[in-house]
Amino acid sequence: MTTTDERPAGFENNDHKPVGHGRMLRKEDPRFIRGKGRYVDDVQLPGMLHCAILRSPVAHARIVSIDTSAAEAHPKVKAVVTGATLTGLGLAWMPTLSGDVQAVLATDKVRFQGQEVAFVVAEDRYAARDALELIDVEYDVLDPVVDVRKALDPSAPVIRDDLDGKRNNHIFDWETGDEAATEAVFASADVVVSEDIVYPRVHPAPMETCGCVADYDRIDSRLTLWSTSQAPHAHRTLYAIVAGLPEHKIRVISPDIGGGFGGKVPIYPGYVCAIVGSIVTGKPVKWMEDRSENLTSTGFARDYIMRGEIAATRDGRILAVRTNVLADHGAFNGVAAPVKYPAGFFGVFTGSYDLQAAYCKMTAVYTNKAPGGVAYACSFRITEAVYLVERIVDCLAYELKMDPVELRIKNFIQPEQFPYRTKTGWLYDSGDYEPTMRKALEIAGYDDLRKEQAERRARGELMGIGVAFFTEAVGAGPRKDMDILGLGMADGCELRVHPTGKAVVRLSVQSQGQGHETTFAQIVAEEIGIPPADIDVVHGDTDQTPFGLGTYGSRSTPVSGAAAALVARKVRDKARIIASGMLEVSVADLEWVKGAFHVKGDPEKSVTIQDIAMRAHGAGDLPEGIEGGLEAQICYNPENLTYPHGAYICVVDIDPGTAQVKVRRFVAVDDCGTRINPMIIEGQVHRGLTDGVGMALMEMIAFDEDGNCLGGSLMDYLIPTALEVPDWETGFTVTPSPHHPIGAKGVGESATVGSPPAIVNAVVDALKPFGIRHADMPLTPSRVWDAMRGVPRPPV
Amino acid sequence: MQVPAPVEYERATSVDHAIGLLERLGGSARLVAGGHSLLPMMKLRLASPEYLIDINDLHGELGYIRVEPDEVRIGAMTRHRELLESGELAEVFPIFRDAERVIADPVVRNRGTLGGSLCQADPSEDLSAVCTTLGANCVIRGGSGERVVTMEEFYRGPYETAVEDAEMLVEIRIPVRPSGSSAYEKVERRAGDWAIVSAGAAVWLDGGLIADARVGLAAVGPNTAGLPAVSDALRGREPSEELYKQAGALAAENCSPVTDMRGSAEYKRHLAEELTRRALRRSVVRINERGWHAGIHDRQR
Ligand SMILES: Cc1cc2nc3c(=O)[nH]c(=O)nc-3n(C[C@H](O)[C@H](O)[C@H](O)COP(=O)(O)OP(=O)(O)OC[C@H]3O[C@@H](n4cnc5c(N)ncnc54)[C@H](O)[C@@H]3O)c2cc1C
Repeated sequence: MTTTDERPAGFENNDHKPVGHGRMLRKEDPRFIRGKGRYVDDVQLPGMLHCAILRSPVAHARIVSIDTSAAEAHPKVKAVVTGATLTGLGLAWMPTLSGDVQAVLATDKVRFQGQEVAFVVAEDRYAARDALELIDVEYDVLDPVVDVRKALDPSAPVIRDDLDGKRNNHIFDWETGDEAATEAVFASADVVVSEDIVYPRVHPAPMETCGCVADYDRIDSRLTLWSTSQAPHAHRTLYAIVAGLPEHKIRVISPDIGGGFGGKVPIYPGYVCAIVGSIVTGKPVKWMEDRSENLTSTGFARDYIMRGEIAATRDGRILAVRTNVLADHGAFNGVAAPVKYPAGFFGVFTGSYDLQAAYCKMTAVYTNKAPGGVAYACSFRITEAVYLVERIVDCLAYELKMDPVELRIKNFIQPEQFPYRTKTGWLYDSGDYEPTMRKALEIAGYDDLRKEQAERRARGELMGIGVAFFTEAVGAGPRKDMDILGLGMADGCELRVHPTGKAVVRLSVQSQGQGHETTFAQIVAEEIGIPPADIDVVHGDTDQTPFGLGTYGSRSTPVSGAAAALVARKVRDKARIIASGMLEVSVADLEWVKGAFHVKGDPEKSVTIQDIAMRAHGAGDLPEGIEGGLEAQICYNPENLTYPHGAYICVVDIDPGTAQVKVRRFVAVDDCGTRINPMIIEGQVHRGLTDGVGMALMEMIAFDEDGNCLGGSLMDYLIPTALEVPDWETGFTVTPSPHHPIGAKGVGESATVGSPPAIVNAVVDALKPFGIRHADMPLTPSRVWDAMRGVPRPPV
Repeated sequence: MQVPAPVEYERATSVDHAIGLLERLGGSARLVAGGHSLLPMMKLRLASPEYLIDINDLHGELGYIRVEPDEVRIGAMTRHRELLESGELAEVFPIFRDAERVIADPVVRNRGTLGGSLCQADPSEDLSAVCTTLGANCVIRGGSGERVVTMEEFYRGPYETAVEDAEMLVEIRIPVRPSGSSAYEKVERRAGDWAIVSAGAAVWLDGGLIADARVGLAAVGPNTAGLPAVSDALRGREPSEELYKQAGALAAENCSPVTDMRGSAEYKRHLAEELTRRALRRSVVRINERGWHAGIHDRQR
């Protein structure tokens, strides 16, 4: 099933124009490159006002009083709104994506530094910001819960005293797998290795911060909201539920979005503030958060403190994996995950290995930190899961003195075992792991690298080679298992072919940079033979597109991509009937060659899809029972998730004097099934790998003991630049998904998932001469130096 | 978008004009040069001056690098980029190019100035460490004329200098001595980040022995400071790995780092040692590489 073809040789001209899948330049890029993208902040409406939000300077405090009189007296201020005002409107609290509630504006207490306390609407952005300084809030400061390990201490202050009867900071316990069976395997195993592994809090930090323009029309009771949303349809429904506005009177538009990475899935208080601002002033109101607000208040990711355990035979057969997780959810449980999956898809911590047993127990708690836990390019906690298993497998290799590649290959799920049911219940759809691993080894020149490493070690140099192999679960639904606040995770798609044979396809998912306008045109082109240039892709506007749950968790291609292929096939089926009438033969006698039907055995007798389109809209007769027009609509409910996999190899050098890590090489071989546009896939992979370098080496949202966020600017929260990353070496194998109509699996998050363990494994491998088996991210020079001295420290 | 508080703005047309404005407006006014330190602080509302006096039009008057036999003079408005690109400067003081390669990024270097860097007096500031290492003097001008202070006198504390309200820094002067070279070493978490620790070294040889040497460190104390103890230990000695090691140990002993997001105090102390060694080693290598040519040059002098 697996093919391992190469990137076409001598592929100088990148701008091929395939009628279907293949490498081609992105249709959306001319406008981005020329600065003609239209983002939320580009929206200017007549009479538009500006909103700025006053945020809590402290992590935990009771609000004693708020005096807004000076702000209200500012000549350019139109409204000042506090939690008390919102309470009157019934809007002070809103539901989160995971069944909790979150304060829109604090009414009783502030629960994290940066929490929304009041907002001002003024004539311009400057005046709005100036007026914030005129609001006088008196706080009665309380002890904060900062160290997640102490959140459940009986003496810990209770953060959520707003919840009825809440006497502690516990959110949920969750488990998966078979505890007893796992214990039995561990008890009799030759070798058991355990390690404490922390995945620190990080932030998606998209280039464009969050924001919106709310325009409420009082006459029509109609709300138009331009917003930085990864899920405009889901947001519209939620606004209808939260604000009590009728859903048909709400239009949510996500124009061009400058990166989301999961951070634009939730509804933030700021959006609600702008809507309220527009309702009370009767004018359009823009709210655009600044960089610090983005980093300190919008959805963080990760923050899992994990204990990983692995059981194996002495000769390296892995028997079981067990883990215990303490999850820091911040002040409100705002995790963006399907309702039945409070820990997202963490259950795939069994990795790519054929195990006898597995078990995970997780406890989630509140702390005085920003809420979130978003699917930051992690397909719902898969990043944490893959990091855990790939780190603990390396710890096992260390103890067994076995090559980490050999250990992995020995334990891979075998191709004939697919579809494979894991011990935590996931049904891996397809996979052929060893060829992918071998390909990465070949590109990297693995054996030579190990030789070089031995030579360097003999000279006292620190070189490390890290390997990671991942399997992801992406493309949520199916809808019966997966929903967000009751909305099933399926996606609609609509295709219309115009009389002249040009087409428009309308998607329910929304691009934040992934290139949907190209990929989806190509998917449709492949099915109906209309060139991608002739197919317009419409997305991100609830008035213009069918319902669906949006783009995150790598679900666009697995779900919406399937919808696009199937709707095109539906159109093609209708086209076939019309063609049979035009050619006066039965449909069974027609043969489809991309773009045209011809009579079997008589290729001269043929009609193109363009001819058919004209006929469908024309004056001539159509076959009996066939309506005019050439269009279709469907809603695709995936039968299963798709499971992309990949083999990553990282080579690092560490300066023994300064402990600085340099990523010298990185080889990424991805298998995301059928490849629609290889250039876009490579772009996604490059992005994710860069992200991985950030998380592994420098990114972390840290807090001091008072709960002050120490990562509130891009000078403090570092993200990597071109200088920190090597030339990426990518390769691929193709193992199609058996249940996806075109076999595609999704690749948006693979590299973010797979690269951190590869990099950390490489750094730890480089530090082997110091007797180091594990060191936590972020591996900054200071933390690597600690590890070199035998005192690796957890980051929290 | 982060937005500053309201501010009045005026462009100075000459140094005298700028000083006149400063005299008139007093403590509520601030000069803005490259703006790469001041504007971020204003946007975060950590600084809210009432008046900004833009001195970028003074680049003609204050943007220069003059290399003379005994002295190098650099105008306060000289931009990072000009310091980076000057071959003449790199010839006498290669430490400038070493440092400029790792200061910020090209966008910041296109605008940020020597004067702004020194007057910001950030303890992690790299050019301050360079000037300290080279024993520079600062020329400060006010309504009643000019005065010249040493780097030690210039720094009064973090973010605090000898430049008074109605004064400005106009020039720095660096003595040129024979048979010398210099180098700069910096460890940062990421390109464009401020230093975890930086170390500059300047060495002058005489007949194979160290005639004089200076070391300046950044990010390990309230200000970038010269280390007289290191100079004392090096003078009159023959350069060797052992000697660099001793000097490094002295540097580590004589600095006062604190633990922060960039690293632990212990690690920074270690870097002070390691980078001092590296900078000294590189300085001496540079003198020796130039040896033959420099020898002739020195004899002619
Ligand atoms: C992203 C980023 C990264 C950076 N990284 C580094 C780094 O790695 N290393 C480093 O050393 N620096 C770094 N910097 C700082 C940069 O070098 C600044 O340019 C420099 O600190 C200030 O120079 P400026 O001309 O921009 O000063 P401005 O911001 O214009 O002024 C700074 C202060 O000096 C005063 N001032 C300016 N000129 C004069 C004068 N002639 N006389 C009296 N007072 C004056 C101003 O009133 C103000 O108080 C970085 C800056 C940024 C934005």
